[in-house]
Amino acid sequence: MSFDNVYEALTGDGDARWAFGTGFTDPLAGVETAVPPGVDRADLTAYCLMLGDDALVMSHRLQEWCTNAPDLEEEVALANIALDLLGQARLLYARAGHADGTGRGEDHYAFFRGEEEFAGVRLVETPRGDFGDLIAKLLVFSTWRLALLQRLIPSRDPVLAAIAAKGVKEVAYHRDHAARWTVRLGDGTDESHRRMQAGLDRIWPLVAELFTPHEAEVRSARSGVGADPADLRAEFDAVLDQVLTAATLRRPDVPPDPGGRRGLHTGALGLLLAELQSVARAHPEATW
Amino acid sequence: MTERSEGINKHSTSGHSSDEGGLMTAVAETDLARHFEHTIERDQRIEPRDWMPEAYRATMIRQIAQHAHSEIIGMQPEGDWITRAPSLRRKAILLAKVQDEAGHGLYLYSAAETLGVDRADLTTRLIERRQKYSSIFNYPTPAYADVGVIGWLVDGAAICNQVPLCRSSYGPYARAMIRICKEESFHQRQGYELLMTMMRGTDAQRAMVQDAVDRWWWPSLMMFGPPDQDSPNTARSMAWKVKRHTNDELRQRFVDMTVPQAEALGVTLPDPDLRWNPERGHHDFGPIDWDEFKRVLRGDGPCNAERIDRRRRAHEEGAWVREAAAAHAAKRRTP
Repeated sequence: MSFDNVYEALTGDGDARWAFGTGFTDPLAGVETAVPPGVDRADLTAYCLMLGDDALVMSHRLQEWCTNAPDLEEEVALANIALDLLGQARLLYARAGHADGTGRGEDHYAFFRGEEEFAGVRLVETPRGDFGDLIAKLLVFSTWRLALLQRLIPSRDPVLAAIAAKGVKEVAYHRDHAARWTVRLGDGTDESHRRMQAGLDRIWPLVAELFTPHEAEVRSARSGVGADPADLRAEFDAVLDQVLTAATLRRPDVPPDPGGRRGLHTGALGLLLAELQSVARAHPEATW
Repeated sequence: MTERSEGINKHSTSGHSSDEGGLMTAVAETDLARHFEHTIERDQRIEPRDWMPEAYRATMIRQIAQHAHSEIIGMQPEGDWITRAPSLRRKAILLAKVQDEAGHGLYLYSAAETLGVDRADLTTRLIERRQKYSSIFNYPTPAYADVGVIGWLVDGAAICNQVPLCRSSYGPYARAMIRICKEESFHQRQGYELLMTMMRGTDAQRAMVQDAVDRWWWPSLMMFGPPDQDSPNTARSMAWKVKRHTNDELRQRFVDMTVPQAEALGVTLPDPDLRWNPERGHHDFGPIDWDEFKRVLRGDGPCNAERIDRRRRAHEEGAWVREAAAAHAAKRRTP
C-alpha cells in the first residue's frame, strides 16, 4: 500500500483498483448452471424464491440491529449473519432468474415484486423486538434452515446443491451463536430469563408453519431437488430440546397459527418492503 | 515498521507503582523521561508497559478514544441506508462497510485499554458528552448518494489524517491504524465506485451526487481541524510523534488529491475560489466557515443530539443483555 497517495488507482479497473483485491470468490465457480433434464423449472423457481425470500427478510431484520446491538462484538456478529443470509438470497434469486427463463437479475426479485408475490415464512417478518425476541427468532430460524440446507446438499439441481453446501457452513455458525445466547440469557439473570422465555413464547405460534409443506416444496422433494419441510421437524425438536434444557427454559405450549407459504403475510411485511424497495422504486431507470 | 523500544523502561509501568523490586527507586524519573524522549527521537515505539509522561498517556487516551467513538458514531449516518440500499450488491457492500467500522471501534477501544482505561468507561464518557467524536458525523444523510460521497470525501479525508498515524509513536495505536487504513482505503474506493456508477446513470442520479458533494465538501475540509495558528496542541503532539503533519498541511494535501478526482467524476466542488496556483504548486481554496465548525463541535450541529441519543439508547437497552452474559459467566466459574 502506498502511504503517500491513497488515491492512486482510484479510477482503475479490475481487482487491482481495490488495492488489496476483494478476496471474494465465486461460490458457483465450476458449477454446472444448466437446469438438469426432468427438473420442473416452475417448481425450481418457486422453491428458490421461497428460500431466497426467507433469507432476504431475515437479513433485513438483522440489519435493523445495526448500531442498536447490546455490544460491539454483537454488532459485528449480527452484521455477519445478515451478510451471510443476504448472500444466500442473492444466489437463490439469481438461480430463480435462470430457472424461470427470464434471465432477470437478483434485484428484480428483491425490489420489484409486490408483497403478495413474496413466498417467505411469516416467522422472519416479525418486527425487531428486543434482544430476547431476536435470539428466539434466530435460534428457531437457523435450526430449521440448517436442517433444510443439509438436505439440499445432494439436490439434483447442482446450483441449489452448491448454494446449500456454502450455506450449511454459515448457518451452522448462526445456530451456534443463537444457541449460546439462548443459554446465556436463559441461565443469566431473572430479567434475561424472563425476556428470553417471552421471546420464545411470542415467536412460537409461527413455528408450525415452518414444517407445513407447500405444493411446490412437496413436488421439489419428490423430484430430488428440494426437501419436504415436514421431514425436518424431528431434528428441529431434538436441537431445540437440547438448547432449551441447557438454558433452563421451557418449550412454549401455544396453539399454532396456521398459515403456509401462500402469499399470506403479517402486516409487518408490507412495511418492511416499503422501506427495502423505496430507493430502487423511486429510480426504476437508475443503475447502481 | 521500526523495532519496539528496548531497555530499562520496559520494566517500569506508568510511573504509579510504588515498588517494582527496587527498580523504580534505582532509576530516577529523569532517566525514564530521557529514555522516553530518546525512544521517540529514534522513531521507535512506546509500548504499553513502557514509562511515559502522564500528559502523553492522557493525550493518547483522548486521541484514541475520540477516534474509537468516531468509528462507532460514524456507523449511524450510513447505517441508516442499509435497509434501503437500492440493489442487493450495494446493500452487501454497505453492510460490510458499517460492520468494518464496528470492528475499527473494537480495535481502537482495545488500544485505548492498553493505557489503563476501560471500554465501558469510555462509552460512558461518550454518551455523557465528556469525550468528543469527529464532528463530521453530525451532518445528515438525506440521500443514497451521501453513502458514496461519505466514502469518497469523508473516508478520503480520514485516510489523509490516519495514514501518517500508522507511524504514531504509540505502538498499539500505530499497529491498529495499519489495518484500519487498509480497510478505509477499500471503503473510499467503494464510495468512489458508487459515485462513478451513479454519474453514468440518470439525470436524477447525477443531480443527487452533485447535491451530496455540495453538502459534504466544506465539512470534509473541517475534518482536519482548526487552522495551525489556532491549534495549540499541535507542536507538542508533533514533538511526541503522535501527530506527523499539521492540520493545514493535511488539508492542502486532501484538496490537491481530490480536485482531479472530482474532475474525473464530473462533479463541481462548491468553491468559486478553488484553483491551481502554479507558484505554490498547490490548489488555492476559499475561506472555511470556522464559526460553523465551532458550532457543530460545541454540540449544535444538525444531528449531534440524535447521534448521542441513539448510542445512549442502544447502550441502555443492551444493559440487561450484558448483565446476563456476566451473570452466566460467573455461574460457570463457580459451579
